[in-house]
Amino acid sequence: MPQGDYIELHRKKHGRRLDYEERKRKKEARAVHKRSKQAQNSIGIKGKMIAKKNYAEKAQMKKTLKMHEESSSRRKADEDVQEGAVPAYLIDRENTSRAKVLSNTIKQKRKEKAGKWEVPLPKVRPVAEDEMFRVIRSGKRKTKQWKRMVTKATFVGPGFTRKPPKYERFIRPSGLRFTKAHVTHPELRCTFCLEIIGIKKNPNGPMYTSLGVMTRGTIIEVNVSELGLVTPAGKVVWGKYAQVTNNPENDGCINAVLLV
Amino acid sequence: MNMETSQAGMGNTVMCLLTDPEGTNLGSAMYIPQTAGPLQLTQLVNRFLNNEEMLPYSFYVSDEELLVPVGTYLEKNKVSVEKVLTIVYQQQAVFRIRPVNRCSQTIAGHAEAVLCVSFSPDGKQLASGSGDTTVRLWDLNTETPLFTCKGHRNWVLSIAWSPDGKHLVSGSKSGEICCWNPKKGELDGNPLTGHKKWITGISWEPVHLSSPCRRFVTSSKDGDARIWDVTLKKTLICLSGHTLAVTCVKWGGDGIIYTGSQDCTIKMWETTQGKLIRELKGHGHWVNSLALSTEYVLRTGAFDHTGRQYPPNEEMKKALERYNQTKGDSPERLVSGSDDFTMFLWEPSVSKQPKKRLTGHQQLVNHVYFSPDGKWIASASFDRSVRLWNGVTGQFVTAFRGHVGPVYQVSWSADSRLLLSGSKDSTLKIWEIRTKTLKQDLPGHADEVFAVDWSPDGEKVVSGGKDKVLKLWKG
Repeated sequence: MPQGDYIELHRKKHGRRLDYEERKRKKEARAVHKRSKQAQNSIGIKGKMIAKKNYAEKAQMKKTLKMHEESSSRRKADEDVQEGAVPAYLIDRENTSRAKVLSNTIKQKRKEKAGKWEVPLPKVRPVAEDEMFRVIRSGKRKTKQWKRMVTKATFVGPGFTRKPPKYERFIRPSGLRFTKAHVTHPELRCTFCLEIIGIKKNPNGPMYTSLGVMTRGTIIEVNVSELGLVTPAGKVVWGKYAQVTNNPENDGCINAVLLV
Repeated sequence: MNMETSQAGMGNTVMCLLTDPEGTNLGSAMYIPQTAGPLQLTQLVNRFLNNEEMLPYSFYVSDEELLVPVGTYLEKNKVSVEKVLTIVYQQQAVFRIRPVNRCSQTIAGHAEAVLCVSFSPDGKQLASGSGDTTVRLWDLNTETPLFTCKGHRNWVLSIAWSPDGKHLVSGSKSGEICCWNPKKGELDGNPLTGHKKWITGISWEPVHLSSPCRRFVTSSKDGDARIWDVTLKKTLICLSGHTLAVTCVKWGGDGIIYTGSQDCTIKMWETTQGKLIRELKGHGHWVNSLALSTEYVLRTGAFDHTGRQYPPNEEMKKALERYNQTKGDSPERLVSGSDDFTMFLWEPSVSKQPKKRLTGHQQLVNHVYFSPDGKWIASASFDRSVRLWNGVTGQFVTAFRGHVGPVYQVSWSADSRLLLSGSKDSTLKIWEIRTKTLKQDLPGHADEVFAVDWSPDGEKVVSGGKDKVLKLWKG
């Protein structure tokens, strides 16, 4: 029997010490002093860690106390006359200041021009062509080297039919073809296995986008009809963009984060 | 003479049928020479109606105004001479308001943005409420400040004159209502409390229902509307029912109170016991503004363009007369503008269903206003346009474009021929209804224009905004 079990067994058989409750109460009362002594006398990194922890606790306690205080006493709110008087029809509307609006519109225009969009992984390691493709030798004497086989995960779409093998330049092996991706919603923090509709953009180049290669950082479009999202106009959303966050050729699955 | 008869003899006459806007025919179809223009048609209509004095009329063929002789119209639109042409005639106001075109005075005085302005119903007094918590009364003859009324604790969001011009009430952001004596500029009694959040609108009971004016209704962000008595200085009835803020309230000429709210509904209340009569549903978002077809005549009470004063007992009769004249035979119409970019035209006493949905705006509709004769509806929207609609059928007529910022408020001239709009781009624009174009541009404000009003006697226009000054414009 493990040691703790013997202790427990004894406790069950014979009960606790007669002064157990008393000792426990006094020990807990002394704990406050002990904690304070420890905090005051610790030096070095240990002392700093204790101090940090205590400070965080104190701040939190102050906040909760203030919150409780607010609700218990109901005072008539003395409203001060604020600046920026607006008529009744504008009070409930948030009006961004004019300067902010102008700078926002300029920023928007610049972004559109540059073609930059906000994505979770803005920069990805560029993939070289020799890493992406493997040369396949063909021909009777195996001297022709114009065929390439893709070594990364790809998506081909449901209606895909291979070109006649004689003319096929890029080979996408069926073992590396994926139809589903594990998509995580960034705010809700839950992951769904959703069907891929298509590849929107591969950061390594338009050629890879057209081939359907999925590497880290690729923007894919996934079918979100399962999630039951609705636009403000009342239409059902069934496709949303997501960005691939892992290296699918290493893991055997595609993990992506939804772009909301 | 010969030429004329030969022309007429050549068969250049058209079969026309004159009808009034409600559809009743004036006489039977008759032959009218093609050279007849609006002037000749006016004479004809006056003769048929046996009018003592020549009243001006405007004529519409299939919703388009007839400004040229009938013949030219037929040629332009290739209408067949064989069919009977239906011409709808509408009486226009006898008096004509001159458009204002210059700023006669810029009066400073307020220490914060001017939030609401209002002329008294006789057009002789002017009051304005501002963010500096004061209500100021202005002298229109000298165009200088008259009184500064202190008493509110927070911004003054709305003011309203009683239709007999004897009381002025204002509502503030802290939910209190102050009654003022406009002659002396003093607070009448204590501020009325009751509402828990800010006041969004005030509306008085029409004079033809009760004279002297005692009751008024206020709407607030806290979701209820209250009926107050200005002489007793207390709440008579509290109309609660809305789940979100009540954005506007109107006291109708038939004694029903209409409240529009952010919960997308409009409720009708009866005034003796404060019971809910009907709920008008249909909007998809906040109801921002309500307007009644008889609103202008209810606001001005017994005063008309002649500027005569009446003793109290005659006031009620005169007000009732004016009310019936504007209302006509049709029931009162209500139009509501909302954040869902559309407006609804209702006939609330007839049915719960809207009569028409007025779509076309590309941003929220902030303010709707019927013309004083009830024939037109003007709507101001945040999409920088003002749209004109037919006041009876709700048919879209035209969009006035010219503002470069959201249009906040509109106001009509007393003869319904001119429309004024004030916008965030700090300009006011006057639009002519007959030609459907911009008549006058009134720049001059340094910042957004929050409130505009046209005096009921048509002489002056007042505008106030974020730049803290009041501008008076004259013709």
